[in-house]
Amino acid sequence: MVPLSYYLVLSAILFACGVTGFLIKRNIITIFMSIELMLNGVNLSFVAFAAKWHQLSGHVFVFFVMVVAAAEAAVGLAIIIALFRTRETLNIDQVNLLKL
Amino acid sequence: MLHLILFSVFGLICVAGAVNLLLQTHPINSALSLVVVMGSLAVEYLLLGAEFVAAVQVIVYAGAIMVLFVFVIMLLNAGEEERTPGSRVSWLLGIPGVLALTVIVCWALLRSETGTVGLGGVPQADKAFGGARDLSELLFHQFLLPFEVTSILVLIAIMGAVVLAARPDSEPGRQG
Repeated sequence: MVPLSYYLVLSAILFACGVTGFLIKRNIITIFMSIELMLNGVNLSFVAFAAKWHQLSGHVFVFFVMVVAAAEAAVGLAIIIALFRTRETLNIDQVNLLKL
Repeated sequence: MLHLILFSVFGLICVAGAVNLLLQTHPINSALSLVVVMGSLAVEYLLLGAEFVAAVQVIVYAGAIMVLFVFVIMLLNAGEEERTPGSRVSWLLGIPGVLALTVIVCWALLRSETGTVGLGGVPQADKAFGGARDLSELLFHQFLLPFEVTSILVLIAIMGAVVLAARPDSEPGRQG
């Protein structure tokens, strides 16, 4: 028997890794992967709570999160391709036209 | 006991993959460690009795989405990451904030009362918990409207991806 809190702690660690990657990474594709990591961490806590309360709605929410992640990946990677075509770089420090 | 061992092994693989994602400088190495994270998360879902979610995790996340990432990395010929300093605010406030938040959340979870209740996969009484049949009954009755709305979302995402990634010089409606 694994306590519920262990799953939640694992989920929190994954989410923290995602946030850290979002902050320290400079490559826009890796930043995007960090966002996927955060979504995965949240999914784990959804499934853990679904198992705890015997509610299948948690699984349904995981599906919706996956759909949103897939849509986000498709649109985001298309934006990255368009960005690379105009700016010839993947480094986010060189994409700073909006910076004051 | 077996559950705890499996949870620990795959949880450690999961965290190792996530940390490796942060340490690697080449995006393809980060992408492959993310595949490892998603694969071991699928095993964790199986331990929680979520069979269908585990299958979808492998097919959609580790399959489709990561193939998309690897394909874009190959298409853009992404090389080693340049280590530019980046924002100072994110280093001074972001990293300590994330660390503090994680430690506080973990401490609160590990000492809470409800967290100590054991979760051991599928109870024998309802074997089908998390199977495709139960899930689809819920999805197509109670969550029918959100399901249809997400299909529209996916359709819009497909069209948006095509429009965004199309070459700017190719006019819409013209062949080639």
